Amino acid sequence: MDTLTPATFDVARIRQDFPILSQPQARGRPLVFLDSGASAQKPRAVIDAMVRCMETAYANVHRGAYRLSELATDSYEAARTATARFLNAADAREIVFTKNSTEAMNLVAHSWGRGVMTPGQAVLISELEHHANIVPWQMLRDDKGIELRVCRVTDAGELDMDDLERKLADGKVGLVAVAHMSNVLGTVTPVERIVALAHAHGAKVLFDGSQAAVHRRVDLQAIGCDFYCFTGHKLYGPTGIGVLWARLEHLDRMPPFLGGGDMISVVTFEKSEWAAVPAKFEAGTPPIIEAVGLHAAIDYVTAIGMPAIEAHERSLVDHAMGALSEVPGLTLLGRAQDRGGVFAFALDAAHPHDLATLLDRAGIAVRAGRHCAEPLHARFGLDNGTTRASFGLYTTKEEVDLLARALTEAREFFK
Amino acid sequence: MSGLFDDLRDLYQEVILDHGRKPRNFRRLEDADATARGDNPMCGDRIELFLKMTPDHHIAEAAFQGRGCAISTASASLMTEVVKGKTADEAKDLGAKFRELAMTGTCPDCGAALQDDMERLAPLSGVHEFPSRVKCATLAWHTLNAALDGTKEASSE
Repeated sequence: MDTLTPATFDVARIRQDFPILSQPQARGRPLVFLDSGASAQKPRAVIDAMVRCMETAYANVHRGAYRLSELATDSYEAARTATARFLNAADAREIVFTKNSTEAMNLVAHSWGRGVMTPGQAVLISELEHHANIVPWQMLRDDKGIELRVCRVTDAGELDMDDLERKLADGKVGLVAVAHMSNVLGTVTPVERIVALAHAHGAKVLFDGSQAAVHRRVDLQAIGCDFYCFTGHKLYGPTGIGVLWARLEHLDRMPPFLGGGDMISVVTFEKSEWAAVPAKFEAGTPPIIEAVGLHAAIDYVTAIGMPAIEAHERSLVDHAMGALSEVPGLTLLGRAQDRGGVFAFALDAAHPHDLATLLDRAGIAVRAGRHCAEPLHARFGLDNGTTRASFGLYTTKEEVDLLARALTEAREFFK
Repeated sequence: MSGLFDDLRDLYQEVILDHGRKPRNFRRLEDADATARGDNPMCGDRIELFLKMTPDHHIAEAAFQGRGCAISTASASLMTEVVKGKTADEAKDLGAKFRELAMTGTCPDCGAALQDDMERLAPLSGVHEFPSRVKCATLAWHTLNAALDGTKEASSE
């Protein structure tokens, strides 16, 4: 369902779609929401779709032989089809709904890692990973004797591709698991090159698309990876729903992750037989209302057009690079060539938490700390963490300018 | 520029900025009688506290090292100044009163005996309006309790 890209991207009109953006904050200041990388705000279309589902078409799915349940099942499966189309997946059965990206990665670590990988093999991650793409592999390592390797990141905040190749060279890596876009540095990783290198060395590839899927078109056929995941709440959809995409041949080989209803075909006390994919991985009542919300979010961004969203954010990134580089005493973390609208920085005069408190007073919501990427901050010698501003499709250049001005004033305040 | 942050002077009073920039007693006491480490895992703030005691169990000296925001650093710095000369029980009692001040902005039960100490700590009372920052102010005092109780580790979580 490729919708026409509007000739102009009207950010003022888009902002009207998000009710929260017109809610006055402390002392009547407008909300300047620069924490979309943690979780994005929700457009009216998503809110309404979820309410409409509960008011008119709600029942449990895949169970009832009655009309409402069939309606709900249709809605739930339509969300799967929409998600498959959004990612350009070959088959809707390759879409598994999870709770979030974290659960999607845990699913792969448990099911692929414990069911398909063998001791002596390695998982290769990178220094720029979110904890969600570190900890499940550490658990796998400790549980199953799988080696964990870490690809270095350059000072510019890009994957060190030579190091990646070196760490693939002995052929022991069974899975490369890296972020498509860093939640701290904004770096967009060269996914197609990673896939080519990994596949050449016999490794499968998982991309954590939690950030990337929000900011640019993801075409799984072009990327060529084996696993991809993202989460609904960063894509202007609800919390409580994430997506794992995996090639059908992989999902067929993988044992279930969670056991329960809906994921079986036959159950006796002696044994059970698994349902076909994707049901095999969706034990219990799934996030039905959330799937409807995710579907609405996908329709929403698709109608605006991912290329238009990407172009808007590209101009915001350029603008922010200029505006932030003029703030005295500010160090930007990472200067990747290909990057998205996530900026982590340190200000010489202020600790990130003091800075976040100040910015909050100016109505600016940012995140302070280590953004679930403690090893990455250690890599750059920033144990106090950073302050992070992250953009959404509703972010404006004026908001970026206000941030730059507030940072300049904050520095004066603490000097 | 019209100060965006003028009203934050209540939270970041000059005393706090000063102690945040130039913390007092910011050093390791090699011959400490009691030490403890305090962590705020949420934000990564971390302090290590050192106490030297007199033979009659008064705090002879308190010092700290670590990293943190202006509020946690200033709070630790002020604490090392006000607990000097106190017994363990007096210091812990003061800490309990301080936590009340940090959480509510006042301390009705503080009484005349603690008036001088509480006046010195009063610049930190502004944190009560910032629930996410109360832990920054109380971390040092949790760590003090751990040092005095010999539990070695404290967390403001």
